[in-house]
Amino acid sequence: MTSITLDHIAHAYYGKPREDSDYQLKPLNHVWEHGLAYALLGPSGCGKTTLLNIISGLVIPSVGRLLFGERDVTHLPTEQRNIAQVFQFPVIYDTMTVAENLAFPLKNRRLPKPVIEKRVAEIAEMLDLTADLGRRARGLTADAKQKISLGRGLVRSDVSAVLFDEPLTVIDPALKWELRSKLKRVHRALDLLMIYVTHDQIEALTFADKVVVMNDGRAVQIGTPAELFYRPEHTFVGYFIGSPGMNFLPAEVEGARARVAGFDLALGAAYPDLPKGRSVQVGVRPEFVSATAGPGLPAQVRRVADLGRKRLAYVSLAGHPLVATLPNEMESVGDSVNVAIDAVNTHVYVDDIRVAGRAP
Amino acid sequence: MTFVLDHIGLEAGGLRVIDDVSLTFEPGSLNVLLGPTLAGKTTIMRLMAGLDRPTTGRLLLDGRDVTGVAVRERSVAMVYQQFINYPSLNVYENIASPLRVARLGSAEIEARVREAARVLRLENLLQRMPSQLSGGQQQRTAIARALVKRAGLVLLDEPLANLDYKLREELREELPRIFSATGAILIYATTEPSEALLLGGFTVTLSEGRVTQFGPTSRVYRDPRRIEAARVFSDPPLNELAVVKRGDETRGADGRPLGRIEALAGRPDGDYRLAFRADAAGIGPPAPGALSFAGTVAVTELSGSESFVHADVGLGVWVCLVEGVHDWAPGQVVNLNIDPSRVFAFDSRGERVRQIHAAEVAA
Repeated sequence: MTSITLDHIAHAYYGKPREDSDYQLKPLNHVWEHGLAYALLGPSGCGKTTLLNIISGLVIPSVGRLLFGERDVTHLPTEQRNIAQVFQFPVIYDTMTVAENLAFPLKNRRLPKPVIEKRVAEIAEMLDLTADLGRRARGLTADAKQKISLGRGLVRSDVSAVLFDEPLTVIDPALKWELRSKLKRVHRALDLLMIYVTHDQIEALTFADKVVVMNDGRAVQIGTPAELFYRPEHTFVGYFIGSPGMNFLPAEVEGARARVAGFDLALGAAYPDLPKGRSVQVGVRPEFVSATAGPGLPAQVRRVADLGRKRLAYVSLAGHPLVATLPNEMESVGDSVNVAIDAVNTHVYVDDIRVAGRAP
Repeated sequence: MTFVLDHIGLEAGGLRVIDDVSLTFEPGSLNVLLGPTLAGKTTIMRLMAGLDRPTTGRLLLDGRDVTGVAVRERSVAMVYQQFINYPSLNVYENIASPLRVARLGSAEIEARVREAARVLRLENLLQRMPSQLSGGQQQRTAIARALVKRAGLVLLDEPLANLDYKLREELREELPRIFSATGAILIYATTEPSEALLLGGFTVTLSEGRVTQFGPTSRVYRDPRRIEAARVFSDPPLNELAVVKRGDETRGADGRPLGRIEALAGRPDGDYRLAFRADAAGIGPPAPGALSFAGTVAVTELSGSESFVHADVGLGVWVCLVEGVHDWAPGQVVNLNIDPSRVFAFDSRGERVRQIHAAEVAA
């Protein structure tokens, strides 16, 4: 059982870092627990690949220690770290059969033949590759090749971690569903630590037990998909998770009420001691703002988007843009509509950080 | 400008790559080409642009036959998935390049480049070289170059596929607005149903080089005419089951009785295929009026606010989308309720069939 510990890890690609802004990966403490599936999620340049490369050994961090279990591996080369990796594009041997490809990482470690055969059969079964085991990899479709790559990453049972770097980017949407759910099933069956880098929120949320949301070199929240959705700790998480992301409106908060766009809004909790002179916003997801024929705040409708299984209204609340959900029973909307905001799912952010309220 | 594809076909290496495509695009319209990889999206775009010549059929611009007219003499701009910029030219010159080729005056060039840069938020990057730009900035540069041409026909081939999804979300909002201001016909290829829905306009569904449906995007989504159109326009993938109808009784391919299926009422006996999207299925005790199936959970995926439950019902693995966070364990047996009003029925040729009401039969 190995967990992986980041002990004050930070990295700067250039020069001698002096302050926070010199680091492309800001100082981070975190324990990756054995048996869990993690996703590293964030936009290009957020530091997620740097972090993955530190774990794999491609990058030696400027500061801090990396522990596999109790062992300090900070300066060990990749091949001594006992990890498996799967990349964006298939890395397989075209001239070998599917079975030989899957067996390769095990043969390298000189495992006995019956052990290899059993494991290869098991992995092939999980990934629906059994029928193809005798075929040469050359001539298989791109997604079949990527399945073999996934299989090679998963075939060793003794690894400290399996690292995935955007493994489904080149796969068609319908097949993504299949491969993702397979990967998740494999994870449940194999008891491995998996770390999965992606910029695709659906991939991250559906695959991972816990998601590390990164922005500008910083891990802004580490949480379950539900935590990221219902309780974003940072405005970036609110914006980045969800499509479209959270609504943010500048506010003046007084106890359990907020003054927003000239309107009085009830909050689900009380905020008696907010610091003065800071940027205060309320954040609420479009899922918790609904257009209504009943009482609500008056808004101007700018645009309605039909997303198939739901419809969204892009409205203006006294000049502030806001996205609301159109309930099914509301067939159409005119130029103006009332919006009802769910107080319990409305959060207060001071300088982009969520403030915990007290029960009112 | 109206643009017509009149019975366009293309054969390559003895294979029919594009099969008898006829489409009419209205002036100023936004049109989505929706289909998986290899459905023929890029091939059709290349034919529209004049980069390749069709084997059969004609292309008509405002009634004029342009089938054999060279790309350079057509008013066409194209943006590819893999952004292309001149590496030795800065952003300004990259955007200006088609205007220099067209020998426009420098004042006119300057005005158009500045305007396109403003719209695509590249104003502060005009002196940078492409190698100093992020992927999103490079693609915006390529789009700006398409915009300054003021082409009558703008072809965007999965233009956002290589970008981060948040940037994709923003550009997807902006692109139709940017180009609709020019009055151009916009044609946008994508593999993603959600992208088509967000763009709106009209959608062409493509499968294996053939058009399966063309109409307003919401209508194609809600009212697919062929099973291929429904499949292409479903994410999560369409759930399907083969059935046999005998009189009022319909059975699954494994012989299990399904009772009376509304969508097949009044239809002749025979083989049919029923299909429904993930959000037409719920999980809970058998509900009156619903089609109920017992299924074994294969895996549950949580998206934050919703759960995707993959369940094996013995006829295949279906995906159900359930509101809220529910972590059903693999192996658990659950009951799936499917809303019969949201079940599509297709005949053995893949044509959508509709319920025939008693009144229609009498008439």
